[in-house]
Amino acid sequence: MSTAPSQRHIGDVLLKLDGISLAFGGVKALDDVSFEVRSHEIRAIIGPNGAGKSSLLNVINGVYHPSQGAVTYKGTTYRQMRPHEAARRGIARTFQNIALFKGMTVLDNIMTGRTLKMHAGFLFQCLYFGKARSEELAHRRKVEHIIDFLQIEHIRKTPVGRLAYGLQKRVELARALAAEPELLLLDEPMAGMNLEEKEDMCRFILDANDEFGTTIVLIEHDMGVVMDLSDRVVVLDYGRKIGDGSPDEVRRNQAVIDAYLGVRH
Amino acid sequence: MNGAAPPAVADTFPRLLLEHARVRGAQTSAREKDLGIWQSWTWSEAAANVRALACGLAAMGFKRGDHLAIIGDNRPQLYWAIGAAQVLGGVAVPLYQDAIALEMAYILDDADVRFAVVEDQEQVDKLLEIRGQLSKLVHIVFEDPRGMRHYSQTFLHAYADVQQAGRDFDAAHPEFFSREVNQGSSSDIAIMLYTSGTTGKPKGVCHTHAALIAAARGGCDFDRLGPGDEVLSYLPMAWVGDNLFSYAQALVAGFTINCPESGDTVMTDMREIGPTYYFAPPRVFENLLTQVMIRMEDASRLKRALFHSFLGVARRCGAEILDRKPGVSPLDRLLYTLGNVLVFGPLRNVLGMSRIRVAYTAGAAIGPDLFRFYRSIGVNLKQLYGSTETCAYVCLQPDRHIKLDTVGPPAPGVEVRIAEDGEVLVRSRALLKEYYRRPDSTAEVFDAQGYFRTGDAGLFDTDGHLKIIDRAKDVGKLSSGAVFAPNYIENKLKFFPYVKEAVAFGHGRDMVCAFINIDLGAVGNWAERRNLAYSGYTDLAGKPQVYDLIAGCVEKVNAELAADPMVAGSQVRRFLILHKELDPDDDELTRTRKVRRGFIADKYGRLVDALYEGKSVQHIDTQVKFEDGRSGVIEADVSIRDAATYSPAALCKSA
Repeated sequence: MSTAPSQRHIGDVLLKLDGISLAFGGVKALDDVSFEVRSHEIRAIIGPNGAGKSSLLNVINGVYHPSQGAVTYKGTTYRQMRPHEAARRGIARTFQNIALFKGMTVLDNIMTGRTLKMHAGFLFQCLYFGKARSEELAHRRKVEHIIDFLQIEHIRKTPVGRLAYGLQKRVELARALAAEPELLLLDEPMAGMNLEEKEDMCRFILDANDEFGTTIVLIEHDMGVVMDLSDRVVVLDYGRKIGDGSPDEVRRNQAVIDAYLGVRH
Repeated sequence: MNGAAPPAVADTFPRLLLEHARVRGAQTSAREKDLGIWQSWTWSEAAANVRALACGLAAMGFKRGDHLAIIGDNRPQLYWAIGAAQVLGGVAVPLYQDAIALEMAYILDDADVRFAVVEDQEQVDKLLEIRGQLSKLVHIVFEDPRGMRHYSQTFLHAYADVQQAGRDFDAAHPEFFSREVNQGSSSDIAIMLYTSGTTGKPKGVCHTHAALIAAARGGCDFDRLGPGDEVLSYLPMAWVGDNLFSYAQALVAGFTINCPESGDTVMTDMREIGPTYYFAPPRVFENLLTQVMIRMEDASRLKRALFHSFLGVARRCGAEILDRKPGVSPLDRLLYTLGNVLVFGPLRNVLGMSRIRVAYTAGAAIGPDLFRFYRSIGVNLKQLYGSTETCAYVCLQPDRHIKLDTVGPPAPGVEVRIAEDGEVLVRSRALLKEYYRRPDSTAEVFDAQGYFRTGDAGLFDTDGHLKIIDRAKDVGKLSSGAVFAPNYIENKLKFFPYVKEAVAFGHGRDMVCAFINIDLGAVGNWAERRNLAYSGYTDLAGKPQVYDLIAGCVEKVNAELAADPMVAGSQVRRFLILHKELDPDDDELTRTRKVRRGFIADKYGRLVDALYEGKSVQHIDTQVKFEDGRSGVIEADVSIRDAATYSPAALCKSA
């Protein structure tokens, strides 16, 4: 990977989390977590199992509503944002357990990522007439660019359920990219992949960040990947933020080392 | 060829290109599937693109005699780069795009490459990695700008920018382009192809325009190829076959080349294009058939029954009907016609072979069953014989005179002689001019009368068809004195769908032993249907059930060998299934996927010893290289099996 992150232009704050707390009954999933994501940045969230990483992503795109704190996205502050609002405002995501339409082809799955960008009326779409037709063609062109970008031409017409796991992950990324998001949330994009698939995925994430200028927040367990990819890393443990900074800073942070390796009592 | 053949003055590739642009400027010269759509370029557009690129390269300082490396998948832009180099009196040097950086360094250095046109970031990265060793390489042009935005090196140029600079240069020097084309001579070197290096370091084979055009024209006339034909360009550009079929013959006959979307989509793309002229190594035909057979296993019972019963009909009379031989009974003809409607036609369609007039295979021996299968379903598959040094043009099988075990009579304009020691000697206009900077090697391969020594052992049959037995240097002797032809045995083993590679040992030994590589697809499917769980290649290869399966194959080969007194002594006594797949990245195969027997014997010396020492299991750890250049170790306990052999006498008795 020849482009050092420092060469890229990192902009202003795009997303800011302020004192976010989230509780499920008596369980505190998140406790006063605050951090910010700058535009064009790759921001990783790490932490042991159950640290609250996925919950945090769910707060960002409005699946969960925090009991305390506020999310500021593109200058507007929210206590509650519904997932479809988040999507409309340019936040897309992938899931830890793949959430694709298994019986549909790769192409159709990626096309669903364009749903919010379709404006023709229901009737026109049913008849594939007028604006619906020209729109469909424009969307298809966009989707083909993404297929080319992620090198999945050979499975364009294959039902997703028949694909290998690594490829499904790639299709999910494609669908998220099809929404042309400003902020892309990736929940363990490399879980369960072999070395080669991981390297491919790394390159695609870097390329998406570079070519489309997409800001990326990712959760990942593979430390090599996190350290290579991200500009800054947030570390969570038991719902609390215990570290925040560049990969090197985080690697030297004693609290992080203790959380990961355990402390002698 | 049709009446529209270019006049005799078009004796170089740039002149041929301009001639096509003049005569059939609006016809399609090249297609490439991009963004899911077949994009096409006419001959005029192709000529304009070559012109712009040539002028652009000239503006960057490309001089006559300079060498231009070309690295990437088959793309029209890269074929134009060959043309651009030739316009400027330079030499194109295509490289295998999947080669690792280190292998490229050797060729780029050996070939004195000053300019390189490459496909994308991947290839640029490889070149940057080895740039330290390449003092002669001054400019790199990349076609696909994706991911290249932050590369600030001044010696990197985008293809489109070079072409734009070329158009400006052209506007300022309008006479430049025609002057360069006019300066070209048919005796100039047009292209340099590297030998696969089965033995030792690769050598650069220099071909002139005249030689390539002679080979291309001979082939086009032989099979009546013309501007209406379509060919799929998907084989490595560095291979002489692709050069002949997708470049030289396309320019001589004026047919259309079609570049697939990516290496993984070749099957689909082929169906969409429906080429009329097709070339593939036996391996590709084998894979296609394996896929069909695997899919048929999962088909409904009715379909399976139809498929197998009509294949039986095809086996009985299909090849004879294709060859229009007499003696096929009217009933068989009727059944075959029915089969053609129900099975063969749809099958050809699925394979993308509905429109094929002529298909060739070469590069390795093709199994008789495989060969006959394609011919019996109505695909005019033929064999040819040639090598990098002979522009892949020595022998061609003529339509309707096909023999399974020969490669056909010498092609028009080619003289073939068999030397005293059995080596095949060739003289024609389509021979190499020289090996680049290796006068000693050049002198070695030509005899006093100008015949080229192919290094293959062969003989003519009574009809004047050439039969190739083995590489002359590979033919060895067992300690008993019996002839040992390893390729012959390996090919017999490889004709089984379960066996992907085989390496036979026996020279100077008392018996023949073999390494086997199983075909993960075929054996994997076989295992699945038996509910045999496995985790990967190494695990599957070690299963006793798989050993039983392969032992069956080996024993069938032994039975065949026993039937021929010449080779009855070469029956495979012991074998093992290798714990890893042989891989060109580990230098075990050449890039054209031929086994490098000597290298393998060294690398797996312990396994070879174990075979001959009579051990039943041997531990080994092996270094492997991953695609990114890193290496790792695979460890395994490899079991060794004895295989039943047959005595020729016993076989006679039972027969």
